[in-house]
Amino acid sequence: MTDVAIKKEPRGAVLITAERCKGCGFCVEFCPTKVLSMSDEYNSKGYHFPKVAVPESCSGCDLCGMYCPDFAIFGIRLKKSA
Amino acid sequence: MSERNIIEEYLRMDRIPHIWCPGCGLGTTVNCFIRALQQTKLPLDNISIVSGIGCTGRVAGYLKLNSFHTTHGRAIPFAIGLQLTNPKLKVVVYSGDGDLVSIGGNHFIQAARRNMDLAIICVNNFTYGMTGGQVAPTTPVDAVATTTPYGNFEEPFNLPHLADSVGAVYVARWTTYHVMQLTRAMKEVIQKKGFSFLEIISPCPTLYGRRNKIGDGLEMMKFYKENSEIRNGANTKDVAIGFKGPIICGKFVDKERPTFLENMNQKLSERIPNYKPYNGLV
Repeated sequence: MTDVAIKKEPRGAVLITAERCKGCGFCVEFCPTKVLSMSDEYNSKGYHFPKVAVPESCSGCDLCGMYCPDFAIFGIRLKKSA
Repeated sequence: MSERNIIEEYLRMDRIPHIWCPGCGLGTTVNCFIRALQQTKLPLDNISIVSGIGCTGRVAGYLKLNSFHTTHGRAIPFAIGLQLTNPKLKVVVYSGDGDLVSIGGNHFIQAARRNMDLAIICVNNFTYGMTGGQVAPTTPVDAVATTTPYGNFEEPFNLPHLADSVGAVYVARWTTYHVMQLTRAMKEVIQKKGFSFLEIISPCPTLYGRRNKIGDGLEMMKFYKENSEIRNGANTKDVAIGFKGPIICGKFVDKERPTFLENMNQKLSERIPNYKPYNGLV
């Protein structure tokens, strides 16, 4: 038996406009694959914004984009690299 | 950033960031509405949004559509005029519970009785948000508002039952937690002919959640997740919401009924010789 390293390729990506975020945390809580976590940094209005913690598990479902009340985050599906 | 959020082309980006509080569910409903609009593939010139006054009333200002921000409670009369002048237009009334069913309550029941061809999206946050958290006709019994510091003692409206009993052809309720179902319901509301009513339960963390010790917006969303029950086709009499009680969601009514214009044209063509059916002024 040989060890096969399973390299997981992300199927999607999340794009965040940190300046527009108000730190409600909906995206972090309801992400189905738990990609996001709250950042320790602040934006210029003093809110914590989300950051991508586990980029390889993003499926690009855009549920974060549907939940975000401030239109500050959205997911895109990545095309498979051949 | 090369990628652009697809919903930005539907928003007046010069007005964003919006004034809604952190944790407010209104932005989520706007997200769902824009996605529903995209799925219906309707030309945007044939859509019109009418809002009254209130936090939800600001939706019309943020959407880059034919939008109208009308006086308090008069969103439905304005929408009726718009729709009857140009019946090809799909008029969506996007307003809050305080606007639609308290000050505009009579307009609401009369429009439903006549079956005007309107899509009504009512965002219910159980309080008057913009004016400072006063008791609303939807505030549950025992809930604390600024005008009821000892708890509310007035029986609230059960909005799906109200809409159903006065003749709405489509009645549904979802919370802002159910984004997928909400998007589908909004699509159905836009495509349905006749008076279709969608109630959206949305968190108001600043005024309702904080005073009633439910928590911030995220806590309220978790509350909806844990306490909502999907019961499609339920009798609307049984779907009243109690204080911190279960929220029954789903599509309750979906029926067909001739609209106001169809009834009018039919009746008048029966009685008046050479009657030319009215189909709008434009």
